[in-house]
Amino acid sequence: MSTLELYEGALNVPEIITRWYAEESQYNYGAYIPFIGTVREEDGIEGLSFDVYEPILSSWFDAWQTKTEVLGAKLKMAHSRGDVLVHESSYIAAVFSPKRRVALETIEKFVEDFKASAPIWKYDLKNGARLYAADRSTAIAGAGILGGKR
Amino acid sequence: MVTIEFLGPIQKAPLTLDAASLHDIAEVLKHDSEMAQWIENCAVAVNDTLVSTLDTPLKDGDKVSLLPPVCGG
Repeated sequence: MSTLELYEGALNVPEIITRWYAEESQYNYGAYIPFIGTVREEDGIEGLSFDVYEPILSSWFDAWQTKTEVLGAKLKMAHSRGDVLVHESSYIAAVFSPKRRVALETIEKFVEDFKASAPIWKYDLKNGARLYAADRSTAIAGAGILGGKR
Repeated sequence: MVTIEFLGPIQKAPLTLDAASLHDIAEVLKHDSEMAQWIENCAVAVNDTLVSTLDTPLKDGDKVSLLPPVCGG
């Protein structure tokens, strides 16, 4: 069921989105919406770096795929591990759907939940160091039970 | 024995200890100064499934994972 792809380093965006287009071309989808995340030059960073915990990422993605299939649509996602330099891309999410409305709504909800829930950690690459992006990170829903939060 | 693994930016080697539930794990980590900044914001998974209560029972061979705040994309 999964169409989750993980790569070392930057994504080859033209290859991925062209291949996905071809893979789904015979399934009568009327809409294909890719969201491409590209590393911006900001605060003097040379790039970003990512850690990915694949077992929970896969189960999170499969749960989304199941929900999306009920709507007659399909998700695909690609993400980088390791270093991705400024102006390279680290993330592609895409939805295929018979009609545009489901595709537009699904891509928004999926990308927002991805930011809040997917077990991926981001680091700034700056002056030769790899610094955890703590201030841009979000605690996963239900976090804090070890400290007494319920 | 239960193994605890610390994911992402928590720079800490895995721990192996006896624990009957997540209450036991919480008790141990509460006294670990390396964990002070993480204990309030980590999500917890047992055998790669996220859990929402310390009452989650543990058995020999279980893997407990601590997931600090995330930022993919």
